[in-house]
Amino acid sequence: MSKNVQSAQRDQTQNGQQEQILTVKNLRKTFGGITAVADVSFHVEKGSITGLIGPNGAGKSTTFDLITGVQRPDGGAVEFNDTEITGYRSDQVANQGLVRTFQIARELSEMTVLENLMLAPQNQVGEAIWRAVLPRARTQVVEQEKALRKQAWEMLELFEIEHVAHESAGNLSGGQRKLLEMARVLMTDPEMVLLDEPLAGVNPTLEEKLIDRLHTLKEQGYTFLFVEHDMDVIMNNCDTVIVMHQGSVLTEGQPDTVKNNDKVLDAYLGEEVTI
Amino acid sequence: MSTGSIQARAEGWLGNNDVRLLIALALAIGGLYALFSVVLGFQLNGTVNTLRRVAFLSAIYAMLALALNLQWGYAGLFNLGAAGFMAIGVYTMGILTAPVTASPPGFGLPLPVAILGAILVTGLIGGLAALPAIRLRADYLAIVTVAFSEIVRLTLRAPEFANTRIAGVAFGTGGATGLSLPSNPIRILFYTDPAATAPAPNALGAAIFSAVEPLGIEETLVIGWAYVVVLCLCLGLLYWLMVRIGKSPFGRVLKSIREDQQVTQALGKDTRLFKIKTFALGCALMGLIAILWRLSGGYASPRMFKPIQTFYIFIALFIGGTGSPTGSIVGGALFASLLFEGPSFIRRVVAESLQLSNAPDTLVAAIVELGSGDVIPLLAYSVQDVSISALRLMLLGIVLVYLMQRHPDGLLGHRKAIASSVDLSQRETREDDYE
Repeated sequence: MSKNVQSAQRDQTQNGQQEQILTVKNLRKTFGGITAVADVSFHVEKGSITGLIGPNGAGKSTTFDLITGVQRPDGGAVEFNDTEITGYRSDQVANQGLVRTFQIARELSEMTVLENLMLAPQNQVGEAIWRAVLPRARTQVVEQEKALRKQAWEMLELFEIEHVAHESAGNLSGGQRKLLEMARVLMTDPEMVLLDEPLAGVNPTLEEKLIDRLHTLKEQGYTFLFVEHDMDVIMNNCDTVIVMHQGSVLTEGQPDTVKNNDKVLDAYLGEEVTI
Repeated sequence: MSTGSIQARAEGWLGNNDVRLLIALALAIGGLYALFSVVLGFQLNGTVNTLRRVAFLSAIYAMLALALNLQWGYAGLFNLGAAGFMAIGVYTMGILTAPVTASPPGFGLPLPVAILGAILVTGLIGGLAALPAIRLRADYLAIVTVAFSEIVRLTLRAPEFANTRIAGVAFGTGGATGLSLPSNPIRILFYTDPAATAPAPNALGAAIFSAVEPLGIEETLVIGWAYVVVLCLCLGLLYWLMVRIGKSPFGRVLKSIREDQQVTQALGKDTRLFKIKTFALGCALMGLIAILWRLSGGYASPRMFKPIQTFYIFIALFIGGTGSPTGSIVGGALFASLLFEGPSFIRRVVAESLQLSNAPDTLVAAIVELGSGDVIPLLAYSVQDVSISALRLMLLGIVLVYLMQRHPDGLLGHRKAIASSVDLSQRETREDDYE
């Protein structure tokens, strides 16, 4: 059964009312002789939590990089909200409302947690140097800064990290960094967030908290695509699961279907799988 | 604005610990020099002149460190070509102001126009120089810029451009002989016709000159001090500008670029533009500061813009600590007063207090004298003019090694001013929140 038929079937099962927010078509990337991403096509539905799984080296992170402009694809196309964003720089992708986190939390360690959050919002008037300096234009900057400050504190409350607001991000624990990174991308006011292993190195209590937030945010209309290795997390929380193997999409579908797919099992057990 | 609010502002400034620190530092350095001069019985004119020279260089190096701090401290742009951009600023100004009839000829523009033009040209060239390098890592930018600054210097020195004509426009750099600059513009305060060789003082000039004459203080010294006052005002303005930029959303983006460019870009910031703008602005400021520096001497030469000039600024910045404007000023002042001017002052102190006779010709000769228990020849040898500049370099090396070992973050330590235009500890907007 081809992927397209599968997707069509799922769309039907969900009343066919889903809107696609991200579409990836035949994405390809090679590094020298190594093909990291061979031919990846999938789509993500608006307002969903979609899981991207696959064994190590399946090309998940590279796919993320290609979608978000960290690397340029050798072929294929990425569409976000009906706009073709293939080959966009990562800042352009982010400005479209598609942001990402990194596999290893990359907090800006010398900046405080609040500074990290204040950095993220788009279209800050004070990012024009003359407005930062000229007194009259600066009132505008200060007004916006106050609004952002309020927003930042709300975000800290949502992720329950208010107590470290003034701490340098570098002093946070691994789990707190993950929370911060999540809070920071949300401050950009995105439509969709790509999370690269958001739960790696996070303790169970915090993990629960993060997943809980994910669902709250989903209710608010955000879309998530996330890479994760914990099968239980994926199976219990995702609307759709995409399985990658050796640079291609092995299968995609609802968690229950994917879980019982023999090819997926084989791929994880290291068997040869024909796609 | 009412007097009350001005007073409140002034009190606010003085209440600021950093401003207090800077004032205390200036008093301490000045006091140290004055003390030595008085104890050793130097003449008043000489003492005041020493103080002027120290204050002048301190202000200049503090400003240069501030400009470099914008690039390196704020944004992590490793500009090893500062001297080159300084040269571009000074020479552009010089060529624009040189009379059309002079040799080499120029464009004969008025000084303010020329300074503005020089700032624009330096900024533009800075932006262009950054373009190919902006995608590179810090160390590559350093290589590109140091090469660029040498290209600038050698071009200015080249005889081909000393007196040339391009597209029918005659101008020139003066080559290795250098370029005459306009006379110190501060003279206009004191003279009716400042350009004349023996100008007549105006009312203000006459009043001040006659007031200080009984003290043995010369006219040139008064002019020199007036210029230092102007420089200090410029320094204050630049400091204010840098604090403002550091606290702005623009500065926040720079701070995050320094930490992790990829993350910054992933958050939707066009990091290339931020870097180019910052680099161009920093270079333009360096050009302007170099103009302020060289206008006081009325002369520019390629020798003034060797790579060592760039390293001096870096050392000044490292002493104070990168990232904070206050640190830049502390570093600039300490560098200029103690490391740069200190050795020659000590030479004068030693020479005058020990009544040194002629120094031996070679180091060996000086050391041989040690055998007879006489240390004076060695002392005399080491405080000659030639050895002093060598001593200065040694001193700089030692200080640099010490700093890197013990205070890698500079004397002020690692200072992290919060990059925000509002107080982040307040959650909600309150009435008294307006700055």
